[in-house]
Amino acid sequence: MTHLTTKLALTALIGAGLVIGSIAEAAPKSGGVLNYVVGSKIPSYDGHVESTFGMIHPIRPFYSTLIRVNPSNPADPSDFVCDVCEGDVPKGEEGGTKFTFKIRKDVKFHDGTPMTAHDVKATMDKVVFPPKGVASNRKAFFRAVDSITADNDYQVTFKLKFPTGTFIPALALPFNFIYAKKDLDAHGYQWHKKNINGTGPFKFVQHQKGSFVEGVKNPTYHFKGQPYLDGIKAISAPKLAVRVQAIRGDRAAIEFRGFPPKHRDDLVKALGDKITVQESDWNCVLMMTPNHKVKPFDDVRVRRALTLAIDRWGGSKYLSRIAIVKTVGGVVYPNHEFAATPEELSKLAGYSKDVKGSRAEAKKLLKEAGVNLNFELHNRGVDQPYKVVGTWLIDQWKKGLGAKVKQRVQPSPPFYATLRKKKDFDVSVDFNCQSVINPIADITKFLSTAGNNYSQGGDAKADAIYAKLEKSADPKEQRALIRQYEKRVIDDAMVAAITLWWYKINPHRSYVKGWKIAPSHYLNQHLDNVWLDK
Amino acid sequence: MTPPSETAAAEIEVEADFEELAEKKPWYIRTIEMARQQPLAASGFVIIIIMLLMAIFADLLTVFPAEDNDLEYMLAEPGTIHSDLELTFLLGADQFGRDLLTRIVYGARTALFVGFTCAIIGSTLGLILGVASAYFGGWFDLVVQRVVDVVMAFPLIILALAVVATLGPGTQNVIIAITIPFIPQCARVVRSNALAIREIPYVDAARALGFSNARIIMRHMVPNVMAPYLIMLTSFLGQAILLEASLSYLGMGVQEPTPAWGLMLQGGAEEFAESAPWVAIWPGVAISLAVFAFNLFGDGVRDTLDPKLRSR
Repeated sequence: MTHLTTKLALTALIGAGLVIGSIAEAAPKSGGVLNYVVGSKIPSYDGHVESTFGMIHPIRPFYSTLIRVNPSNPADPSDFVCDVCEGDVPKGEEGGTKFTFKIRKDVKFHDGTPMTAHDVKATMDKVVFPPKGVASNRKAFFRAVDSITADNDYQVTFKLKFPTGTFIPALALPFNFIYAKKDLDAHGYQWHKKNINGTGPFKFVQHQKGSFVEGVKNPTYHFKGQPYLDGIKAISAPKLAVRVQAIRGDRAAIEFRGFPPKHRDDLVKALGDKITVQESDWNCVLMMTPNHKVKPFDDVRVRRALTLAIDRWGGSKYLSRIAIVKTVGGVVYPNHEFAATPEELSKLAGYSKDVKGSRAEAKKLLKEAGVNLNFELHNRGVDQPYKVVGTWLIDQWKKGLGAKVKQRVQPSPPFYATLRKKKDFDVSVDFNCQSVINPIADITKFLSTAGNNYSQGGDAKADAIYAKLEKSADPKEQRALIRQYEKRVIDDAMVAAITLWWYKINPHRSYVKGWKIAPSHYLNQHLDNVWLDK
Repeated sequence: MTPPSETAAAEIEVEADFEELAEKKPWYIRTIEMARQQPLAASGFVIIIIMLLMAIFADLLTVFPAEDNDLEYMLAEPGTIHSDLELTFLLGADQFGRDLLTRIVYGARTALFVGFTCAIIGSTLGLILGVASAYFGGWFDLVVQRVVDVVMAFPLIILALAVVATLGPGTQNVIIAITIPFIPQCARVVRSNALAIREIPYVDAARALGFSNARIIMRHMVPNVMAPYLIMLTSFLGQAILLEASLSYLGMGVQEPTPAWGLMLQGGAEEFAESAPWVAIWPGVAISLAVFAFNLFGDGVRDTLDPKLRSR
């Protein structure tokens, strides 16, 4: 009995210790300025227009959104919480076609104006129904939205044309910055490209172009007690080596996009427990897109041969040591319930572990098509992971198909111009990077009507499958339809191929607390929960 | 006027003197003497010859494929043995498991091809432009020299970057980008020499005899500005190699998987400087050695061909 009592007492003591320990660790400290490095430029401050982390990382902390991914659980693709709305995220009424949001009454813009439902409506109208000539990069995500109404000062209702699982994730996109209606009315829809007036945890102080963006704590922030930081400073550092050295020398505490594995290892080796590493699968995939309008890639046999020759499993094993790619997957983010299992993947062209068999089939297809491959791989002048994967692909095609491939690398602006306007490429490295995991919306890139499908081709059968998928409300049916769609777009019709999914590695100073890695470098960047344990 | 028979006799006499001289000192003796007089230039020349041989016989000198990945051996340390091929990575392997020595040997081909092409084309076009500018003078000279002023106002690397940014990366465009800034540099130097030659009576005589402008330029002026031309050409060789490496390092030059020293440095320096320093060190050594060799050789050529400089 005494023995048992001792055991119980010990267990209680250890348990209490753990609880106290976790509480102590979880208790945030206020103060300090977070310095972080950003590897890309800010094209403009307008979240509704831009798509780059170069804008999100420095500018997102100045804004709020209607809802957001749960900052305490950003890895869960279905965990959303209110930001400027109140209570829980609504489930949807009238068969999932009506969503009513109660708006918080304590939200203020940085210029002191209270935020109301009318600001939310004006913002979402700009995103969902932009007037002609006004850009809205995520308009397509809201195709199901029929109307947006401000029922009163503190209630907004969205009505949908049909029920869809894509609506709530789209609403949580970090780009949907809430703008003041008065700013939109007074200054027009271009004003936010160069001006900032948000409701976020930090107030904009200054932007020294090419150098840094500075913000200070917003004392009227609607989440009381937050933010913990006194300020933020986003330092521009386009060179990877500079970003790594900034963290090493403690000139910056964190870089939110991600480092290659070698840099993680170097930092850990040099700084030991002063560095904490967070890693995650990444909702970003590098693709290989053949130009369907250029011979011989107008022939599906040639396109299938290209994907069959790639040893993805071998590539994952080795490239993950030197590049920010790792996971073998199909069209859906690998950790999602809609993603293909390894068994399902193995049935797709180029995913078999029998690489020799796949390559023999590829050569047979090329022989049937009467083609000796000699072409140019168009690539983006960014090392990680574009140029690494590009060099690997060229070797795969040389070994697998005996193809002669040259690489044409372009800096980002002409790279996009080639894909979108000139379209004078044979095969291009391409990507599909999304923020909130929203598989049904994320896989639209393969549709023949998609603006970001650069193949100049598509597949009518895949388009038809997607039309059914978009209107399906049953997860089982959705999953089955996605498998059919996947088989069409990356195998039977080979619209474009998936190479490897990215893998996010964020080594940061251990004194940075409260920030949790998300499966996207766009998410969890409001920084209101970050604090410094110094 | 000297009678033809006398001229012929004098020519025979001179030839005999040369033959006698040649008999006295065989070529290798003269080469050794030159090497003694210009030891640094000679050492530079030896390095250049080694590089040339490496570039020409790269296929025979190497055992690993230059462009094929062997990911099992990625970042293999120098001295690692390839178990299947039973061959040693003498200088180690890069991030794609490619033998560094092999890629450095093949890289010499890229460096020398770009170097020689740019230097020869750039200095030759500069020579023609410079001599023509000096010979014709007037508004032609004025316009050409102002254009030269404008182009020379930009630093070499900036101008080359601007050209590559316009044309796009790739070996061909890199050659164009490097050649363009060389033309005015050579033209300016050659013009100053050609201006002096233009005033010498034999040019007037040629003009009086009714020779065409092209004949006067090519037969009577160009041979007399060969010294500055050769000096510029040799100095351009090292610069062109360095510029090619710089452009490739900046990702605007030769592209993977083509072996090129600057590209190898770019791929290795940033990411593997700590964990696998050999990836960056060896291409760096190759670039330094090549530029050093061409500069030494160029200095030697200048000292030999320009006695004024030699005496200083």
